[in-house]
Amino acid sequence: MWDYTDKVKDHFLNPRNVGEIENPDGVGEVGSLACGDALRLTFKLDEKKKIKDAKFKTFGCASAIASSSALTEIIKGKSLDEALQVTNQDIAEYLGGLPEEKMHCSVMGREALEAAIANYRGQKITKEEFEIVCKCFGVTDREIEKAIRENNLKTVEQVTYYTKAGGGCAGCHPKIEAIIEKVRGKMEKEAPPRIGSGERKKLTNIQKIKLIEETLGREIVPALKADGGDLELIDIEGNKVLVALRGKCSFCPSSEVTLKQYVETKLREFVSDDIEVEEVRP
Amino acid sequence: MKTVYVDNNATTQVASEVLEVMLPYFTEFYGNPSSMHFFGGQVQKNVNKAREQVADFLGAEPSEIVFTSCGTESDNAAILGSLDSYPEKRHLITSRVEHPAIGNLCTYLGRKGHRITELSVDREGRLDLDELKESVTDKTAMVSVMYANNETGVIFPIEEMGEIVKEKGIPFHTDGVQAAGKIPLNMKKSTIDMLSLSGHKLHAPKGIGVLYIRKGTRFSPFIIGGHQEKGRRGGTENVPYIIGLGKACELAKKHLEDENTRVRALRDYLEQKILERVPNVLVNGDRKNRLPNTVSVSFEYVEGESILLLLSDLGICASSGSACTSGSLEPSHVLRAMGVPFTAAHGSIRFSLSIYNTKEEMDYIIEHIPPIIQRLRDISPFWKDYLKAKGNV
Repeated sequence: MWDYTDKVKDHFLNPRNVGEIENPDGVGEVGSLACGDALRLTFKLDEKKKIKDAKFKTFGCASAIASSSALTEIIKGKSLDEALQVTNQDIAEYLGGLPEEKMHCSVMGREALEAAIANYRGQKITKEEFEIVCKCFGVTDREIEKAIRENNLKTVEQVTYYTKAGGGCAGCHPKIEAIIEKVRGKMEKEAPPRIGSGERKKLTNIQKIKLIEETLGREIVPALKADGGDLELIDIEGNKVLVALRGKCSFCPSSEVTLKQYVETKLREFVSDDIEVEEVRP
Repeated sequence: MKTVYVDNNATTQVASEVLEVMLPYFTEFYGNPSSMHFFGGQVQKNVNKAREQVADFLGAEPSEIVFTSCGTESDNAAILGSLDSYPEKRHLITSRVEHPAIGNLCTYLGRKGHRITELSVDREGRLDLDELKESVTDKTAMVSVMYANNETGVIFPIEEMGEIVKEKGIPFHTDGVQAAGKIPLNMKKSTIDMLSLSGHKLHAPKGIGVLYIRKGTRFSPFIIGGHQEKGRRGGTENVPYIIGLGKACELAKKHLEDENTRVRALRDYLEQKILERVPNVLVNGDRKNRLPNTVSVSFEYVEGESILLLLSDLGICASSGSACTSGSLEPSHVLRAMGVPFTAAHGSIRFSLSIYNTKEEMDYIIEHIPPIIQRLRDISPFWKDYLKAKGNV
């Protein structure tokens, strides 16, 4: 049995905004009977061009119905440009998360929204401009690239969970792999250079202690010594690093600044974002 | 909330009589049947008795019964044990609708260089005997086809198939996990060489299975170890579970008539009422050759997982061959092999009954199915389209 959140269950058992708006301003349809899920989204705008009402009809599993229901709740009151900012992550988060295998349900919601807005604006999203990578589920390279980007996907399996691509005959797996490589390559180039932040491996206590010692020895103590000071590591309690200042530092009036702005900053950079440094006085 | 359990092809309730005979073997009689002392000896005696009970149920000799840990192990042991005995033959025949215990094993063997023939089924889930005849060659190491399908309940013409296979001197295995306890089995009058059975499908606990191996069948052990099971399966006997399975087989033999009269009538009643009360439903599988406890129905334009969860909310436990529940993105391989259209395959629900089900329970399901399907069809974009299209015709 899937581990659905209470929010998913609630939106499945009591879906909001079921139906079709008569004379809608925009209609978006994605999915098909063959694929196993499909969503028809209709919306109406108010005089300020904000989404006044949104309704859905969905064929699919519990998470598909819950994602559709969540989508309609999220976009009500938004301008179209604001609505276009809604990602599949927003839908999943609204529901308190979805099992990873079911993330394609949230992607389907986002795609229906895009299609409905394009429909209102008279634009055409035609699949012809793009290459259909997964023939079993009719998924294009554009959809796969978008899912990789927005959800930071790394494996073919994840791409399948999010877009369904590759979930049938598996013949397109090499192509999906190539797309992942291409998109991730681009993402890394575009990303601002980061040192020590971002995705860091969770450290064990031993690793953390070692890393703190190393960082102090390599990055901090030599600089302090250059100014005639020194620092001794006394203890580590969770993320709290207790140190004693020695040499000139011990009576320096700006020792507090040194600790917070220099030592703590360095430790946060190299060890963990939540390090706090405290001085132990004799 | 009451629980209405109609998912007995997935697993069954352990019969209270079975649990009762098992318990002393966890506490008092914990001896190892292989031991020389009286304490192990008395256990050995009762393991033998259980073996007789299983043999009696299958119409077999006690020496032809090998206890295993589950149906999957029995299937693996049968196929790998047989292949090992015929190393010069590298062709295997099976069907497209097997349980993963056979299906995935065959896919694996295919990757390892064996040639695998998967017999197809028709729209009703029936096999074609001529296809089997044409597929058998002198390189065929074995034929393994399930006795009855777990999803649709369709029973295959195993004896006729066995005759074709035996004529060529090829060992014939059948996965009898779903058939055992639901239809009569008699190995004395059968063409089957090996048959797999699983305890938890017939009111014994999970974790015990049987591989029937006809006397004279070439077989190499799959689990290699001690001398247990006459050297055909190593590992200390799972005594309490063996005792339990013996009892379960004795009960299954006794209940076989009830299964084929009362349970069959309950299944027919459930099926009939669903067909009457819900439009656009079809029954999957050959209704003439079917296990008495199983019905697979497809509700068009709705998706199976949604139906299951709404049923589950009312305490009704069933299963589905829809994509979302099969753990993959495509509907069950069985329904696909049968060519069930997508409009229906995604909305398939299987009800599988047991002797513990009652008419009241069927009425409870019948009462709740129509509103659940209506509710989901009201949400489905295809239902209104379908009605519109129908109106225009």
